[in-house]
Amino acid sequence: MKRADVNFLQYPYILWAGLFIFIPLVIVLWYSFTVAGADGDAVFSLENYERFLSPVYMQVLSRSAVLAVKSTFICLLIGYPAALIITRLPRMWRNTILLLLVIPMWINFLLRTYAWMVLLGRRGVLNRILEFFGLPGQEWLYTETAVLIGMVYNFLPFMVLPLYSALSRIGKETIEAAEDLGANRFVVFRRVVLPQSVPGVIAGITMVFMPAVSAFVVSALLGGGQYMLIGNLIEQQFLYVGDWHFGSSLSIIMMVVILLTMALVSLYDKGASLEGGNLW
Amino acid sequence: MKKPCTGIAVLILFVPLVLLTLAGCSKETQIVLNVYNWGDYIDESILDDFEKQSGIKINYETFATNEDMYIKVKQGGTKYDVIVPSDYMIEKLIKEDLLAKIDVEKIQTYKYIDSRFLGLRFDPANQYAVPYIWGTFGILYNRTKVSDPVESWDILWNPKYAKQILMMDSVRDSLAVAFLRLGYSLNTTDTAQLTEAAELLIQQKPLVLAYVGDNYKDMMVQEEAALSMCWSGDAVFVREQNADLEYVIPKEGTNLWLDCMVIPKSSEHQEEALRFIDFMNQPEIAQRNIEYLGYATLNTAVFDLLDTQTREDPALYPPGEVSSRWEVFADIGDANVAYNRIWTEIKSR
Repeated sequence: MKRADVNFLQYPYILWAGLFIFIPLVIVLWYSFTVAGADGDAVFSLENYERFLSPVYMQVLSRSAVLAVKSTFICLLIGYPAALIITRLPRMWRNTILLLLVIPMWINFLLRTYAWMVLLGRRGVLNRILEFFGLPGQEWLYTETAVLIGMVYNFLPFMVLPLYSALSRIGKETIEAAEDLGANRFVVFRRVVLPQSVPGVIAGITMVFMPAVSAFVVSALLGGGQYMLIGNLIEQQFLYVGDWHFGSSLSIIMMVVILLTMALVSLYDKGASLEGGNLW
Repeated sequence: MKKPCTGIAVLILFVPLVLLTLAGCSKETQIVLNVYNWGDYIDESILDDFEKQSGIKINYETFATNEDMYIKVKQGGTKYDVIVPSDYMIEKLIKEDLLAKIDVEKIQTYKYIDSRFLGLRFDPANQYAVPYIWGTFGILYNRTKVSDPVESWDILWNPKYAKQILMMDSVRDSLAVAFLRLGYSLNTTDTAQLTEAAELLIQQKPLVLAYVGDNYKDMMVQEEAALSMCWSGDAVFVREQNADLEYVIPKEGTNLWLDCMVIPKSSEHQEEALRFIDFMNQPEIAQRNIEYLGYATLNTAVFDLLDTQTREDPALYPPGEVSSRWEVFADIGDANVAYNRIWTEIKSR
């Protein structure tokens, strides 16, 4: 069969993408560059973006970014060794562990987050355990730590899975070759495993950072509404204030932040592989 | 690219659409009344009864916030016949000419409505809104955890209860508490007063355990906190779950809130909408509804039917003098922007 014969198969997707991705994006963009005029008409304006530049909103953005970076970093810190260990397990164990990692994702996101409220609450499971051992109960819930825990918990699989797939693709023979040439385990890791897993790291970082920077349910539930993130701000504009224009411009700004981060990360990716080429 | 394929794809997508539209048109003989209400805000069996009695079909939809509802009604394309917005939102809808006038003469059961809830600022001449449910807000506290007398909003600023206090995750409600404490109007748009209230809330923030939505009820029942802002209707529900909880309307005053039935101008079945409103106010129907909801009735006939215990419950039916210290929310118009900015400021601290 010639390629051209199956081209029509892409039309449903093109139509889908046009209707539900492209057109909505254009509408969001249009809203972000207009404000409601005196008679209810939309008037072109940069006011929404100007408004965003005030310290209050910048603070919200920076808090979101910092929290997202923190949770991405923690995910990487936990996820990398976890993925590495999984690849070294016997096949049967490997599949079981991977399944266990994925199963929680079958449960609704909101429910999973809500469950943490039961665990971290003042009279929650964690404090009861502490009290059982005669330790004083702590204030876990409604702190930034709780938000961080919720994010890491929810996004960890997005880090482990791409890392696992990158790490499991590394040929055993390259590691063995390095060992034969006298490299100790640390050198093998640093010079053979780590460079080859960079694509997985990049994929993991992007997949965790994106949902983390736009998260709003986690901070509302586990942060007790005390930590306003950009996701919450957008929710507030659409659901409570009814200012679709400002809400849209916030969404655009968030998209720009995500795009910039991805560009930065992929730049590092290229830099690393270039550097790798030079070094080794 | 081959043209015919695009044609087929378009056809495949549009034919069902056209068929659906046609199918929708052919059954226009049955009148359908579109009712738009808050989530879980009616005994739904009442809707079935109305359908049986009147032969009118009801299409029941719910919303979560006034603003959500407003955007849907304002943008058009919807054909709601009865909606149940709150006080300040009704004022806004009237200002924007989105509501149809209601001829109260046509509602026989209108006479049952307590006159205290008529002629309020959002609809001074009773031309647009028929009150549905009313209530107040106050402080819900746990008797075993709060040793001081709870009689003033000041207690929500008492450092003794640090991290034991819940506030509402809602701009107007939380700011209202600050305004009440400062003795200002709940509808002030004065910049100096707003700033003062914002400072008060920022000062309070370290003491607040969480800014919450509906889950404050569970949290108070499970004793995660000692003090919380609370709506009168919810107070009845939580007290049944935990006997240590008590509801008080502080001495500085409170907010009187009302949700009313209104008919949008775009409604095509205004007569039937009136019939529905009339039906909802029939004493036996209103009684069933209020017993299901647990809120306070504004139907005088229903009030007379209540048992003494409920009737004398100060949470639901506060003593008469409270009505001199309550204020209804008004539409604050452009000041909304300032309000929300303040809220963002408080929450981003």
